[in-house]
Amino acid sequence: MEKRDADDRPPRENGRRPRRPISRRGFLAGIGGAAAVAGALTSGSCSRAADAGPKPLSGETQITLRVNGEDRKVTVEPRTTLLDALRDRLDVTGPKKVCDRGECGACTVLMDGQPVYACLTLAVDAQGKQITTVEGIGTPDKMHPVQQAFVEHDALMCGFCTPGFVMSVKALLDRNPNPSPDNVRHALAGNICRCGTYPRVFEAALDAAKRVKGGA
Amino acid sequence: MAKIKVTINEGGFEREVEIEAPEGTGSWPKPDQMHVLGKRTTRLEAPDKVTGRARYTYDVNLPGLLYGKIIRSPHAHARIAKIDVTKAKALPGVKAVIVIDPNKEVTYQGDEIAALAAVSSDVAEDAARLIDIQYDLLPHVASIDDARKPGAPRAIPNRDNVGREERSETGDVNSAFAAADAAIDANYSTQVQTHVCLETHGVVCKWDGDELTVWASTQGVQGVRDELAREFGLPASKVHAITEHMGGGFGSKFGAGVEGSICARLAKDAKAPVKLMLDRKEEHLAVGNRPSIQIHMKAAGKKTGELTALETDSYATGGVGGGAGYPMPYVYSCPNTRIAKREVFINAGAARAFRAPGCPPAAYLMESTMDDLAEKLGVDPLEFRRKNDPNQTRQKQYDMGAERIGWATRRNKVPGSAPGPVKRGIGMGSGAWGGGGGPADIVTTRIHRDGSVEVLCGVQDLGTGTRTAIGVVAAEELGLQPHELKVAIGHTDYGPSNGSGGSVTIGSVSPAAKTSAANAKMQLFQKVAPSLGVTANDLSAQNGRVFVTKDPAKGMSWKDACAKLDAAGISAQGSWIPGLNSSGTAGTQFAEVEVDTETGRVRPLRVVAVHDCGLVVNRLTAESQIYGGVLMGLSFALLEDRILDGPTGRMVNPNMEDYKVVGCLEVPQIDVILMDMPERGVIGLGEPPVIPTAAAIANAVYNAIGVRVRDLPITPDKVLTALSAKAKEA
Repeated sequence: MEKRDADDRPPRENGRRPRRPISRRGFLAGIGGAAAVAGALTSGSCSRAADAGPKPLSGETQITLRVNGEDRKVTVEPRTTLLDALRDRLDVTGPKKVCDRGECGACTVLMDGQPVYACLTLAVDAQGKQITTVEGIGTPDKMHPVQQAFVEHDALMCGFCTPGFVMSVKALLDRNPNPSPDNVRHALAGNICRCGTYPRVFEAALDAAKRVKGGA
Repeated sequence: MAKIKVTINEGGFEREVEIEAPEGTGSWPKPDQMHVLGKRTTRLEAPDKVTGRARYTYDVNLPGLLYGKIIRSPHAHARIAKIDVTKAKALPGVKAVIVIDPNKEVTYQGDEIAALAAVSSDVAEDAARLIDIQYDLLPHVASIDDARKPGAPRAIPNRDNVGREERSETGDVNSAFAAADAAIDANYSTQVQTHVCLETHGVVCKWDGDELTVWASTQGVQGVRDELAREFGLPASKVHAITEHMGGGFGSKFGAGVEGSICARLAKDAKAPVKLMLDRKEEHLAVGNRPSIQIHMKAAGKKTGELTALETDSYATGGVGGGAGYPMPYVYSCPNTRIAKREVFINAGAARAFRAPGCPPAAYLMESTMDDLAEKLGVDPLEFRRKNDPNQTRQKQYDMGAERIGWATRRNKVPGSAPGPVKRGIGMGSGAWGGGGGPADIVTTRIHRDGSVEVLCGVQDLGTGTRTAIGVVAAEELGLQPHELKVAIGHTDYGPSNGSGGSVTIGSVSPAAKTSAANAKMQLFQKVAPSLGVTANDLSAQNGRVFVTKDPAKGMSWKDACAKLDAAGISAQGSWIPGLNSSGTAGTQFAEVEVDTETGRVRPLRVVAVHDCGLVVNRLTAESQIYGGVLMGLSFALLEDRILDGPTGRMVNPNMEDYKVVGCLEVPQIDVILMDMPERGVIGLGEPPVIPTAAAIANAVYNAIGVRVRDLPITPDKVLTALSAKAKEA
């Protein structure tokens, strides 16, 4: 199935057909969506997707997501991303929508401990997994050592990228408690900060490693 | 009443205005008596931001919230022949559809055509696809060169593509060139940079009868309120604009914008709250950018080190908008100048103010010219600058920066002379910015009987640390710690406030915060003084105590003092007074880079950034501001480029993958040297640090490889092209 944004329609007048830009939704709807539905949905309410013709998918179904240790029921479409399910339907707004196509890392969450872009993960594919967002690792009164280090090193300015960076640092320290400065840079290479707070983030990440080890 | 001149911000551009001087003159404590001013205070909102608790406009969820979407032109230039929204309206879940103008002539890709609101963002996208729009394509121009061709189609109806020439002349340019020891002559160009605010532009609008609440990702809540009040014929008291946190603006977020007014209309039509946030592509196309410049530069000088003549001729474009000006000869003095500038209109989204408008390109152009001319004159580039820069602050900065980077020892005396394929080089660049501030904000300080303190102001925090700065200033005055205060900002109901642009926020709001806290403190002293047998003027507040200034042992804790208040507590306002802020900052940066002459890749190794900002309110966030400026400047120098396709006029990289923004792997070592000049009062630092970086990096690249790349960004292909051109010459 092909889908494309209305404003991506090629001009008809010149007879040429420019290469069609890939939109994530079109891509998912074209291959991922149907597969995801077949593989992951337990409800039959979306069965029309299986014999999908070139028309929009619109079936909704209720699934359960385990978010920050809690089972949450949520109604989604097959194409609904984990990010939209969290933000728009469950009011878990820590993960941010910035590029919505896996280029900036602001939506980074942990799925069974692995960092993933929530904007590139379908909600239906997140069923049965442990989803941890920035809200799930600490609160303003009881911050995770990574969060505490971000605060103290001023590793944030506007703060819109911060939840993604915090989760990427957490994921790094979970798998490598003794990162080198180079390890930190590479682990965070998928996160973009427009305010340019990277040097502070590097400081915070290395300091957080010490805090985690010290049991802070 | 005496008149004074102050700088204020209007719509992202600062303006000098003459006002009646308010009564009284303020003064800051002496540096050795500052308790929190100038220290390192972590952001008051940081715990909320690192835990996901902070709610930005994009995060506002309301019962029954609808999702808005704007339908935009895919074409660079066209007239709408037919638009049919019937199918979109009929789609279940669609609650409102607006056609902006059924006959609109769209003049850039991304121009607004229609909008709708639906129950989810997915349904909104489905509905957008169901809107049938037929276009009559019109010829477009997608570059300055195309727009200038004889017989070129007009980008905007009834307007010549090339605007009026702005020309200025000083001295005798021809004679100066004739008498010069050396002269240079070269063409340069700079690219279009888009703001790439991580939180996209957008609003959430909610009507309660004829009262409108709008959450906006904006640099000026008051401007948003006033604009929507005007548009909907409402008194300002019935419109409330809220920006508790916002994800970056950099100059592009003033006013409600088309999206703001459309969202309010959709919410009204749908009788439900609507969230309308732009997506990343719209962000690149339609809500501002830094204009590109093409320039022919000629300069001449004397072997004794004087810059004697400068002649420049330029075309710059802000797409379908204006505002493509830039300063020249910028920070240097030159007795004989002939400057010609023209603005060109092309079919691309309009420019908006972008962090130090005009200055980063101007610095790159002028500093490249200074380096080239110095070399031709046989003068050390640093000496050449010392000789032609009238600014005394920068003269000191030259020494500080040169020493830190190792100018004397690490720089290649002969550019490009280092052996091997990977070459290192050092370069420098400078900048100047105004800043300022004036009466715009009213700050309210409330002291409660339990000792708690709230400081309120309408002003918004773009991520620059405004909220914390207000806390620092008020805490210093009250003898408390910033984190003991609650600072509530970003709401028009909290009182008048300035738009945050032109680096005037801190110069506007700090004096008001200080005055407000001082007024509140004086009221507290009046309540407390009788119990200590003194008058209010005899009291001080410091370290959480209120005490007799001449007998500090005689006093009480802040809490005990406040307990003497009646139930109403204290609420005192304060506004801007002169004497606490000034304007005019200087900055110099030195960069060291490594250039791989086989791949063309430039790797920034180190930037030394020397800046002044008068009295430093919060050293921690001031340093962060400089890191951020340097990195945005580096990104401008090496990575960012809005690329338009000539035949279609469409942007080919409207995302964050192909439009490159600096990431972790490109971050060099950054040394921040912050000059303290407390006697000057507070001065904004938002814009200055972004200015010199591209210039310093470009000169460092030249010093490394001995070839000038005269077109930003300095990408590997351009480095290799420049190297091969030089090899052919040789």
